[in-house]
Amino acid sequence: MQRTLVTVLRRLALAVGLVLAVLAVNFTLIHAAPGDPALVIAGEMGGADEATMATIRKTYGLDRPLHEQFFTYLGKSVRGDLGTSYTYNRPVIDLILGRLGPTVLLVLTALLCAIVIGTGLGVLASRRPDSFGSGVVTVFSLVGYAMPVFWTGILLVILFGKVWPVMPIAGMRDVRAFGAGPWQAALDVAHHLVLPAATLAIVYLAQYSRLSRASMLEVLGSDYIRTARAKGLSDAVVTFKHALRNALMPIVTIAGLQFGNLISGAVLVETVFSWPGLGTLALDAILGRDYPTLLGVLTFSAILVIVANLITDLSYRWIDPRLRGR
Amino acid sequence: MSLLAVEDLSVEFRTRRGVARVLDRVSLGIERGQTLGVVGESGCGKSVTALAMLRLIASPPGRITGGRVHFDGRDLLALSEDEMRQVRGNRVSMIFQEPMTSLNPAYTVGDQIAESVRLHQGLTRREAIERAAQMLDAVSIPDPARRVHEYPHQFSGGMRQRVMIAMALACQPDLLVADEPTTALDVTVQAQIFDLISELREKTGTAVMLITHDMGAVAEMTDRVAVMYAGHVVESAAVADVLREPLHPYTRGLIACAPGARTVAPGQLLDEIPGTVPSLVERGAGCLFAERCAHVQPRCRAELPPHSEPAPGRTVMCWLHTQ
Ligand SMILES: Nc1ncnc2c1ncn2[C@@H]1O[C@H](COP(=O)(O)OP(=O)(O)OP(=O)(O)O)[C@@H](O)[C@H]1O
Ligand SMILES: [Mg+2]
Repeated sequence: MQRTLVTVLRRLALAVGLVLAVLAVNFTLIHAAPGDPALVIAGEMGGADEATMATIRKTYGLDRPLHEQFFTYLGKSVRGDLGTSYTYNRPVIDLILGRLGPTVLLVLTALLCAIVIGTGLGVLASRRPDSFGSGVVTVFSLVGYAMPVFWTGILLVILFGKVWPVMPIAGMRDVRAFGAGPWQAALDVAHHLVLPAATLAIVYLAQYSRLSRASMLEVLGSDYIRTARAKGLSDAVVTFKHALRNALMPIVTIAGLQFGNLISGAVLVETVFSWPGLGTLALDAILGRDYPTLLGVLTFSAILVIVANLITDLSYRWIDPRLRGR
Repeated sequence: MSLLAVEDLSVEFRTRRGVARVLDRVSLGIERGQTLGVVGESGCGKSVTALAMLRLIASPPGRITGGRVHFDGRDLLALSEDEMRQVRGNRVSMIFQEPMTSLNPAYTVGDQIAESVRLHQGLTRREAIERAAQMLDAVSIPDPARRVHEYPHQFSGGMRQRVMIAMALACQPDLLVADEPTTALDVTVQAQIFDLISELREKTGTAVMLITHDMGAVAEMTDRVAVMYAGHVVESAAVADVLREPLHPYTRGLIACAPGARTVAPGQLLDEIPGTVPSLVERGAGCLFAERCAHVQPRCRAELPPHSEPAPGRTVMCWLHTQ
């Protein structure tokens, strides 16, 4: 327990360094990109002459040398001030916090569905590797894996938008549901969540079912499974208690590694389904050259990925006691 | 009545090269409280025999194609899967060759021992852990109260085999099947494990089926011995008789190897017996040992010898000993 705590603290310290590095890289990249933010701001105000441009540069600190701008930004962001959005003219941190919830909801729902359903299918398939059902899971996995996220999304939009309109295809809440009780509101959000979460989940679900099938097959052939059977344990106990726990290792590894992909997938899904999350915010920020917002979103995504990796590490320790001593 | 009587047990495996007849009408028996040694070169079907008795052969690719396994008056091959599970780990337990990988790395050794007792004897979790600690003590693991909560990776190979033995004996089985329990261990540890098995056998009266390459251990520990070759039991008799007067040429070869090198590593062929084990996929008509036998006659290549009984309680499968 104490060792785990020490590890967590050490990992957190590392994570802070990592976030700083990500910040520096993003900051440099964005400023290296063509396009003058002052022009964008001036454009928002309906055009400006040279004098106004100079004032804008001065107000936003754009006339300072780059490293100075960076340290100013850094100093402020540590205190929770990520600057002001050029487009919305509101603090970036408020914008992000407003959008963080929907994205986390979307990503976690998709991830959970993918892991639970994917692993479940994989386990079922592994119990009879030569059966018809196992073949179906394999084919389904390949198809799911081959479909690009946005394409699945558009297909679902067409299907549920025109052919069979039982699911909302855009947004997170229905205007008509505003003012209803908290239960109705939650139900409304869940209803809107179905299609985007399904879209995002399908790719990963396919991967997890393949992975868990392979992993289970390997574990089921190991000596300790033979021991478990020789003890007289039932098939269910052997499969779920003795095999699954050991087969989870690669699944957790991949889930952790792919969390970044999942977030970038979320950007596409949010765009297709107009889900009001960080992805749509990022897209708007890119299109509108809203640098502070973009930088903020990137930093937050990095933090999400780092947190995900920390959780992955902790799950390793739960799954495999051999890792606890380290 | 014997505790265990295996009769004409046959097992096939589907392989890429065809169907391999891995066990061909294997028969052997064990009396209550006695020890049977099963010896033979690597690949002759010793492990498959043990696994088939408990119906633990992976199917596919394996299949029991015939025979009976009478245990305490019942044919195990005729039981339902549920009834079979009440036999495994309870009346008949097994320990394996690979102590390093035979325990589940995700659970404490205490949990793994307790699991059997809870399942078969309905103890509560706490009682079962207590029993697990007693069992660790019985197999001479120091500080059992603490070690019961440790994980397999915290034990050495020899210690893990002790844990396996503790687990196997926790439900006081009538029969312990030990499949090369010492092959993977250091020589010094091997002797300790053999001593432990002997000691516990005397204390509990459990019958033991000891599968081994170690003729020395067979001589010291067993009452009877069954010699296997290419899926057949080619000779079976009281161990003293076999050592004094081995009948089958293969048995003679095995014993000839024994004094110098007491053990033969798995996969290693016996120097004194030239040639290799034949393919089990294309069994010819004759004796499978014919190509390696110094006493081969034309008949040996044409026809499989029957099991004959040159003396009461003694069988051999060789044309040299049929009247
Ligand atoms: N799962 C399997 N698939 C195909 N063939 C198998 C399988 N398991 C065992 N066999 C075959 O059965 C034969 C007997 O194997 P077994 O493991 O019983 O040998 P053994 O006498 O225990 O040898 P060792 O001393 O090396 O443990 C071998 O020829 C082996 O190739
Ligand atoms: Mg073996």
